[in-house]
Amino acid sequence: MQSPGALEISRRDLLVASAATVTVAGAPSLAHSQTNTPEASTGTNVSFTVNGERLELELDNRTTLLDALREHLYLTGTKKGCDHGQCGACTVLVDGRRINACLTLAVMHEGGSITTIEGLGQPGNLHPMQAAFVEHDGFQCGYCTPGQICSSVAMLEEISANIPSHVTDDLMAPAEITAAEIRERMSGNICRCGAYSNIVEAITEVAGRKT
Amino acid sequence: MRAFSYECASSIETAAKAAASTDGAKFIAGGTNLLDLMKLEIETPTHLIDVNGLGLDRIEPTPEGGLRIGALVRNTDLAADERIRRDYGLLSRALLAGASGQLRNRATTAGNLLQRTRCPYFYDTNQPCNKRQPGSGCAAIAGFSRQLGVVGVSDACIATHPGDMAVAMRALDAVIETIRADGTTRSIPIADFHRLPGKTPDIEHVLERGELITAVVLPKPMGGKHIYRKVRDRASYAFALVSVGAIVQPDGTGRIAVGGIAPKPWRDEAAEKELPRGAKAASTRLLADARPTEQNAFKITLVERMLSAVLAEARG
Ligand SMILES: Cc1cc2nc3c(=O)[nH]c(=O)nc-3n(C[C@H](O)[C@H](O)[C@H](O)COP(=O)(O)OP(=O)(O)OC[C@H]3O[C@@H](n4cnc5c(N)ncnc54)[C@H](O)[C@@H]3O)c2cc1C
Ligand code: SF4
Ligand code: FES
Ligand code: FES
Repeated sequence: MQSPGALEISRRDLLVASAATVTVAGAPSLAHSQTNTPEASTGTNVSFTVNGERLELELDNRTTLLDALREHLYLTGTKKGCDHGQCGACTVLVDGRRINACLTLAVMHEGGSITTIEGLGQPGNLHPMQAAFVEHDGFQCGYCTPGQICSSVAMLEEISANIPSHVTDDLMAPAEITAAEIRERMSGNICRCGAYSNIVEAITEVAGRKT
Repeated sequence: MRAFSYECASSIETAAKAAASTDGAKFIAGGTNLLDLMKLEIETPTHLIDVNGLGLDRIEPTPEGGLRIGALVRNTDLAADERIRRDYGLLSRALLAGASGQLRNRATTAGNLLQRTRCPYFYDTNQPCNKRQPGSGCAAIAGFSRQLGVVGVSDACIATHPGDMAVAMRALDAVIETIRADGTTRSIPIADFHRLPGKTPDIEHVLERGELITAVVLPKPMGGKHIYRKVRDRASYAFALVSVGAIVQPDGTGRIAVGGIAPKPWRDEAAEKELPRGAKAASTRLLADARPTEQNAFKITLVERMLSAVLAEARG
């Protein structure tokens, strides 16, 4: 891949650096929520790591992790599809596990470590799963793709950790990587373009390289 | 979403006390049901107490030979636990049949029990709904009721408890442990935990204000064949139309709990006595008081056929 992204990334960095609500770690700030009294504020200071960078944000408590990433940190790779846990477009990794960023509050992730699609790989330095999606045409419009990729990376880790699924025949046997397993485990990521068969091929290829 | 203040609880006692003494307070665990409903302003807490840091995320053996599951154990971790997979396969299966990988990574044991109905009119704030707005009427009874309940329902509400995990917990006779604001604790058998709607469908369970679930306890393993069957409109990532959780012993006796048909996991010991006589006898007894709508009467037949499939699988 050539990298039109170089420019984009520096623009993003600039935006992040200049966003009023973002301060670098170590800068003086309000204490975290524990010291907030109930009547007190409807905002909270939270600090977490996003793609390896430690950040502090002062947020309205209502801010979902998804909105914090997109609207405050300008990490717009993570997509908002339904905003209700029904599509998987917002999938990110929090402390190594895939979750729906739309159904969790940013302030609940004090000290957490978040990885978004931007952190998995960059133009010119793609994560193997990103490269496999490109190679296998694992997308059409691309809207669900960041969620699909984050989800599939964590999903393979779940198989390695021997977490069973709905289609696992024997709960006491080690989890296997089959097309049926991949489809079931990826059911939390909807693709309106219907790129499913190519998505399964991309994941299968990466899984094959891992085992 | 309405504005709210937020705190991370530092102990179970202070969490329960704060929840009881702060107006409009609610606990938040995984947040996967509460935040969904807050976005629609169906839930409007003015203060959230985050219980994720309370250390209630362990699964420990009990002196009776069972397991105590912390209220904050995630659905993924519960389903994947070696002991659950070996001795309570039904529970693993039910959890894995629910939601998606992402949601199960956040959803907790307590939050799953307390998840609210998926009645489409409960979610549509333009419609009358006695559960959401007591006294406003029920749009579902004469409306689109295909997904809704057939037994245990009332003239005020025909919604179901939509969850899978609770069905397994009911078959296993799990016990819910809580702490109240005054520091006292109690144990509530799951059979007594969810309430039938009657005239007050807005009251869904027996917890008091501020009462925090700390754990769910499983009795010692009961052997038998563990089966969970779920019928839904798509093969994955969908709520049940009907689900059956069963533990069947070699002599044909067993336990059966059914999801998707009632405001709580539906189980009737008298119907279980009929099991050795077959699916028809057991399901007739289980649904003796059913009052389906035209749109959801198919669930009566579906329960019988699923029971039949479960019994065949148990024999096979
Ligand atoms: C798209 C989608 C599909 C789904 N599909 C399924 C499915 O197929 N099957 C299924 O079973 N479920 C399904 N679910 C529901 C999911 O299982 C629940 O949202 C989840 O289990 C709730 O757990 P939580 O920890 O996130 O609860 P929260 O949202 O944090 O809380 C839910 C409620 O429980 C209360 N609460 C939480 N913890 C405690 C405690 N310790 N003590 C007292 N009160 C407490 C909260 O105050 C709140 O009222 C689905 C959800 C979504 C969004
Ligand atoms: S069935 Fe219950 S939840 Fe649904 S509209 Fe009627 S009162 Fe509301
Ligand atoms: S945007 Fe989060 S699941 Fe659809
Ligand atoms: S590629 Fe268009 S939604 Fe999946």
